[in-house]
Amino acid sequence: MNTTLSQQSTVSTSRNEICMSLQNVSISYGKFEAVRNVFLDIPDGRVTAFIGPSGCGKSTVLRALNRMNDLIPGCHLKGQVLFDGQDLYHPRIDPVEVRRRIGMVFQKPNPFPKTIYENIAFGARINGYRGDMDELVERSLRKAAVWDECKDKLQQSGLALSGGQQQRLCIARAIATEPEVILMDEPCSALDPISTLKIEETMHELKRNYTIIIVTHNMQQAVRVADMTAFFNAEAVDGGSGKVGYLVEYSETEEIFNAPAQQSTQDYVSGRFG
Amino acid sequence: MTHSKSISGSDTTTDTTLFDRRPLNFDPRLRRNRLNDLFSFISGLFATLAVLPLVLVLVYVLVQGGRLISLRLFTQLPPAPGLEGGGFGNAMLGTVLVTLIAALIAIPVGVAGGIYLSEYAGKSWFGQLVSFANDVLAGVPSIISGVFVYGLIVASRVFFGQSYSAMAGGIALSVLMLPTVIKTTNEGLKLVPNELRLGAYGVGASRYVTITQVVLPAALTPISTGVVLAIARAAGETAPLIFTALFSAFWPEGIFNPIATMSVLIFNFAIMPYEAQNELAWAASFVLVMMILAANLLARWLSRLSKI
Amino acid sequence: MTSIHGHSGDAQFTLRRRPTSEKLLDLGFRQLTLALASLVAIVLLAILLTVFQGSREAMASFGLQFLVTSAWDPVNEQYGAFVAIYGTLVSSILALAIAVPLGVGTAIFITEDLIPARLRELIGLMVELLAAIPSVVLGLWAIFVMEPAIRPALELLHRLLGWTPFFASTPQGPGMAPAILILVVMVLPIITAISRDALNQVPIELRQGAYGVGTTRWGAIFAVILPAAISSIIGGVMLALGRAMGETMAVTMIIGNSLNFDLSLLAPGNTIASMLANQFGEADGIQVSALMYAALILMLLTFTVNVLAQWVVRRLSLKY
Ligand SMILES: Nc1ncnc2c1ncn2[C@@H]1O[C@H](COP(=O)(O)OP(=O)(O)OP(=O)(O)O)[C@@H](O)[C@H]1O
Ligand SMILES: [Mg+2]
Repeated sequence: MNTTLSQQSTVSTSRNEICMSLQNVSISYGKFEAVRNVFLDIPDGRVTAFIGPSGCGKSTVLRALNRMNDLIPGCHLKGQVLFDGQDLYHPRIDPVEVRRRIGMVFQKPNPFPKTIYENIAFGARINGYRGDMDELVERSLRKAAVWDECKDKLQQSGLALSGGQQQRLCIARAIATEPEVILMDEPCSALDPISTLKIEETMHELKRNYTIIIVTHNMQQAVRVADMTAFFNAEAVDGGSGKVGYLVEYSETEEIFNAPAQQSTQDYVSGRFG
Repeated sequence: MTHSKSISGSDTTTDTTLFDRRPLNFDPRLRRNRLNDLFSFISGLFATLAVLPLVLVLVYVLVQGGRLISLRLFTQLPPAPGLEGGGFGNAMLGTVLVTLIAALIAIPVGVAGGIYLSEYAGKSWFGQLVSFANDVLAGVPSIISGVFVYGLIVASRVFFGQSYSAMAGGIALSVLMLPTVIKTTNEGLKLVPNELRLGAYGVGASRYVTITQVVLPAALTPISTGVVLAIARAAGETAPLIFTALFSAFWPEGIFNPIATMSVLIFNFAIMPYEAQNELAWAASFVLVMMILAANLLARWLSRLSKI
Repeated sequence: MTSIHGHSGDAQFTLRRRPTSEKLLDLGFRQLTLALASLVAIVLLAILLTVFQGSREAMASFGLQFLVTSAWDPVNEQYGAFVAIYGTLVSSILALAIAVPLGVGTAIFITEDLIPARLRELIGLMVELLAAIPSVVLGLWAIFVMEPAIRPALELLHRLLGWTPFFASTPQGPGMAPAILILVVMVLPIITAISRDALNQVPIELRQGAYGVGTTRWGAIFAVILPAAISSIIGGVMLALGRAMGETMAVTMIIGNSLNFDLSLLAPGNTIASMLANQFGEADGIQVSALMYAALILMLLTFTVNVLAQWVVRRLSLKY
C-alpha cells in the first residue's frame, strides 16, 4: 500500500504503515492562503495530534483530510492527500465515499434535529449497516461514554442533552459508522474533565482499530493520548494578506514535548508562546 | 467502564463487514448518486418553473403593452365601449391621487405606531396587543378592507352625502398599507444600536428629542425602504378600490367623487369583449408594472445604501 | 438641580432645569404615538364590527344553513355560500399543494451551491419581483395568455380522467383549474422567500455533521437540513395559505364566477373573495348582508390560518 508513497519519511513509525500522507499541501480560502507546503505522514493505528496557536490552520488541514473543505465556497487545495494509495483530490474520487471511510467529530457539538437513537442510527443506516441497530446504538453510546446519561431517553431529541453530552453523542455518531480514520477537531473543548478523561480512554480503545487524528489546545491531552504530534505555526509573509500557517515540526509526541528540534516548538509546548 | 470494555473490543473488527465498503472512486451508477442527480435536476427544474411566470408575464406586458404606448394614452380619456382610441390619463391621475391619500394617512400613523412599539411599549401587554393586532391586520384579505370602507364610509355617505369617492378608496388602501409601515418602522428602529439612545440621553436630550432627532434619522433607510414598498404595493391594489373609489370615465372631480384608477381600469377593460379596451388594459398594465418595478428597484437601492 | 452643582459655569446654561414645555412635549409625543398605535387595534376591531354588523340580517335569516346551502338567488332572496366557501378552500389548498414543492424546491436550489452564486441571486431576485406584480395584471395575463395556452393540456386531462367527477366537464375558458394555477404563481414567491430564509438559517455545522457521516448532498437536505428548517417553512406555507384564500383580483378574472356547484375542476367556480368583488358594487338589501356574512367567514378563515402560522413557528422551532 505504501509503495506509492515515495517521499522522505519524516519519522519511522513502529508499524511502519502510513495511513494518510499529505504531499506539499497548500490550502487557500479565495485569495487568502491559510496553510502552505505541508508534508505529513500519518501512521496507521495511532493517535496523531495537531497542536499550534489559534488561526495557524489546524482545522483547515484536518478538514482537508476528508474533503470537508468542499463545503466552504472558495476553499481550494493544492498538492496531494494520499489515502489507501489514492489521491483524495483526484477528480475521480467520490467525496461521499471518502467521508464514510474517514469520519469526523467537530469542535461545536452538532447533533441532528432527531432523536438520540436516530442520531446514531442515521449514519449507520446510510452506510449500509446490516447488523442489529439497537446493539450498535448501545455500543456506540457506551464507547463515547454517554450511554448512562442517554439510555433512558433514546427517543428524545438529541438537542435536549447538555453541550458536553451532545459532543459525546456526536462522537458516538462518528464511531457508529465504523470509519477507518476518525478526525477530531478539539472534541473535548466543551467537556468537563471527567468526560474528557472518558473520551481519552475511548481514544486509547479505538486506536486498536482506527487511526485517530485530533486537534487540541490542551498540551496534557496531547501528551496523554497522542503517539505522534505535529506542531503548526503561522507567520506573516510579505505580499500576503494575514498570516499563513505551516508545519513546524512533526515527530513522536515524546520528542516534541521533551526534545523538540525547533526553538518555536520548545517555546510553544512550554507555554512561553501563543 | 468495565462492561463497556467487554462490549467494545475484538468484536468491533468483525462489525466492519456489516457495512457497505466500496472503492473511493466515484461511481455514477450508484443508487445514491443517481438519486442525488435526480433531485438536483428536479430542484433546478422547479426553480426554472418558478421563474418562468415572471418572465412570461413581463414579456407579454412589455410586448403587448409596450407596443401600444403613445402620448395620447396619457392625455386622453378612455373610450366608450365599442369605440376606438382614447387613453387613460384620468386613471393615471387617479392612481396617483388615491395612493397619495393612502400614503398621507398610513405613513404618519404607521411611523408613529412603529415608534410607539419600538421606543415606548417594551414588553407591556398593550404593546403586545398592538403587535398582534398589526399581524392580524396584515393578514386581512385586501377585499375585506374594501368591504369595511364600503360599510363605514360608502354606504353611510359620511362625506357630504357622497357615496363612492377617491377619499374612500384612499382610506381602504391605507388600511392595507398601515401594517407594513408599522412593521418596517418598528424593525428599522430596533436595529438602531442602544448606545445611540444612551448617548443622546447622556447629553441631556429629552426622550422626544432623542427619538425624533437621533433615533429616527438613524433608521431612515430601512423605514423609507419599507414605505416605498408599501406605496408600490398599494398602487397596484385593485380589490379594495372596486366598490370604494369605483371608476369614472371622466377626469377626476375632486376627492369626494368617484375616480378612475389604473388597476380598476385594467380589471374593467380586461373583462370587456372589446379589442380597444383590452389593448388599453395591456398598455395600462405596462405603465403600472414599470412604475412598480421602478419602485422596487428604488427600494432595493435604498436598502443597499444602509449596508455600506 | 442647579443648586447641587453650583459652580460659576452653570450661569451660562439657562436651561438647567427642564422647562415645563419640554416635559409637556415629551409626554404629548408619547401619548400621540400611543394613540396612533392603538389605531391599529381600533381599525381591526372596526373591521370586525362593521362586517359583523352588516352580516347580522343574513345571519338571522339563514343561520348556519348559509354555510352548507348553495343557493344564491337574488330574485327569491335565498342565499347560501357553500359554492364560494368550497371554492375558496379547494382552490387555495390545491394551489398550495402545487406551490409548496415548487417553492421549497426553488428555495433549496438557490441555497445550495449547484450553480454560481450570481445566478442564484438573480433567481431569488426574480422570484421576489414576481411578488410585486399586481394581481390584476396577473389576471389580465391569465385571461389572454395563460388560459388559452393551458387549455390543450386541460383538454387532455379531461380526455384521460374525464370519468372521475373532478375532470368531468370540458374546459371552456375560465374555470377552477386556471384559477388554481394563477394562485400558484401568486403564492410561490412567499413560500420561496420564507423557505430560503429558513434554509439559510440552518447552521453550517449541521450540514457538516451530515456530510461527516457520509451523506450525499440530498441525503443531508432531506435528513437534516429540511427537518431543521421545517417549522419556519410550515409557518410560511400557512401564511401563503391565508394569502391564497383572500386573493381576489386574479382569481375573480379567471375563475368564471359560477354560482352553481360543480365538482369538476375544469368547470367555472367561485370563491368568497371573487364573489365579493363581483357583486358588492351592485348589491342591495339582504344581498349586501349575505355578502358581509360571507366576508365574515373569509375573515375567520384567514384569521385562523394566520394565527396557526404564528403558533407553528413559535411552538415547533428548534433552538440552536
Ligand atoms: N471558512 C473560512 N473562510 C475564510 N477563511 C477561513 C475560513 N476558515 C478559516 N479561515 C482562515 O484560515 C486560517 C486558519 O484557520 P483555522 O480554523 O484552520 O485555524 P485553527 O488553527 O483551527 O484555529 P483554532 O485553534 O482557533 O481553531 C485563519 O486565518 C482563518 O481566518
Ligand atoms: Mg480550529
